[in-house]
Amino acid sequence: MLKDITLGQYFPGKSAVHRLDPRVKLLALIVYIVALFMAGGAVSYAIATAFVVAAIAISGIKPKLILKSLKAIIFIVLFTAVLNMLYTPGDVLFSVWIIRITKQGIYNGFGMGLRVILLVTASALLTYTTSPMALTDGLESLLSPLKKLRIPVHEFAMMMTIALRFIPTLIEETDKIMSAQKARGADFESGNIIKRAKALIPVLIPLFVSSFRRADELATAMECRLYHGGSNRTRLNVLRYGRLDGIGALVIAMVCAAVIVVSKVFGL
Amino acid sequence: MIKAEKVIFEYPVQENEEAREVLHGIDLHVKKGEFVALLGHNGSGKSTFAKLLNGILVPTGGKVLIDGIPTDDEDRLFDVRKRAGMVFQNPDNQIVATVVEEDVAFACENMGLPSQEIRRRVDNALEAVGMSEFKLHAPHMLSGGQKQRVAIAGVLAMEPDVIILDEPTAMLDPKGRQEVMNAITTLNREKGMTIVLITHHMDEACRADRVVVMHGGSIVTDDVPARVFSQVEKMHRLSLGVPQTVELMYELNEGLDLTRLSVEDCAAEIEKYLAKGEDK
Repeated sequence: MLKDITLGQYFPGKSAVHRLDPRVKLLALIVYIVALFMAGGAVSYAIATAFVVAAIAISGIKPKLILKSLKAIIFIVLFTAVLNMLYTPGDVLFSVWIIRITKQGIYNGFGMGLRVILLVTASALLTYTTSPMALTDGLESLLSPLKKLRIPVHEFAMMMTIALRFIPTLIEETDKIMSAQKARGADFESGNIIKRAKALIPVLIPLFVSSFRRADELATAMECRLYHGGSNRTRLNVLRYGRLDGIGALVIAMVCAAVIVVSKVFGL
Repeated sequence: MIKAEKVIFEYPVQENEEAREVLHGIDLHVKKGEFVALLGHNGSGKSTFAKLLNGILVPTGGKVLIDGIPTDDEDRLFDVRKRAGMVFQNPDNQIVATVVEEDVAFACENMGLPSQEIRRRVDNALEAVGMSEFKLHAPHMLSGGQKQRVAIAGVLAMEPDVIILDEPTAMLDPKGRQEVMNAITTLNREKGMTIVLITHHMDEACRADRVVVMHGGSIVTDDVPARVFSQVEKMHRLSLGVPQTVELMYELNEGLDLTRLSVEDCAAEIEKYLAKGEDK
């Protein structure tokens, strides 16, 4: 039952989007989000949408999967859209009681909704096409200048890797503990939310205890394999920018520039 | 290779608790290329002794030398650990990375080797334990035996002189146990790797060149498997079993040769005995 939970789902593939350096993809996402929030007119939204659609097409990720990730945020999208619709002043189209719908309101509402959808789609595409390991490596490499400020970047990346490594192990263990307790008559499914939360306590305590034991053993095993923090550490797979990354970065930069120029300069 | 001289160890004690000596003066020499099995029932101090062999614990008395380097020299702890690799019981708790090859590379990455060298070592190590085809798999998708072989590869990639395995098969099913034992035996026979195997499976100990039996923090027997296991009463007195083959021949109580440990030898011995019976 808990096996269905997957964090940062990754779908392996060999497309250009998959092969792009994780650092390029991370930066691209940030730049894209900035551009998205600077977009104003229909043309700029169209460019931004077209870009994401094209990227999905190239990646070979099934559109169904993307739609699935959007299902979770449907409420947020509607909520932002409706709020924007109601609270934007401008030319009144019609009004009922105290609700006044304006032309600008409808326009803003759609714009906001579309932004949120594109934002989530683009982020989902990043996690779908980048392995957690590559993502961590990319983050570590991008943040490495912060090491000069004595921020322990390597340690954070290591923590993330270990967390990702142990998620399935701990899920399996939770399943086991729950089954063991169910076998002895524990009830996790009935009662109100407070009752059910209370029923989970006997699951969490053994889980905590065993996690600490695991942590202790893992630390010893890591020390036995000469772990001593991030200094003088080399990597098996070194991230290197290739031709594809140059092309990718150029395309993304051009698209984002186009979105910003079209909306800010031409007001479309 | 490994030299333990009069090793004494007691765990640090809390207040108003009496010091408990776990190991009382252990002497053990392991030569290069040897395959030593360390037997003993729970609490005999065998796991504690294993932890002394690569400096996880430091002896409170006596000395442990790996390749001539004392384990209590903190400046050379890395040299000790590089030479003496350690594999633990629970495969889940010693795999660090989310991809098999990244995990095998972990020790090499810590050693600061160039990436081509890491690649060479990782490929060799995975080849040696027969896990090459799982290079890019996620560890949690593997079986227990496969995980444990990945853990062995991770240690192997350091290119150590000796591998110490602390009950590596205790959490595995029979198939996984077989896989891991085959990997260990191959490493010893074909690559000449020195092995110290801590176990309480007698049939695993049979595969070693030498069996060391510990009891209550001391070494009580140190000999070739055939001679250790033929002393059935003594083993039982130490609350240890003997391999099933020996147990069978012992129970038959017909003066069979108890030093014939392997299943084939045991069968041959019993056949010989039965044939003798028919002649009469």
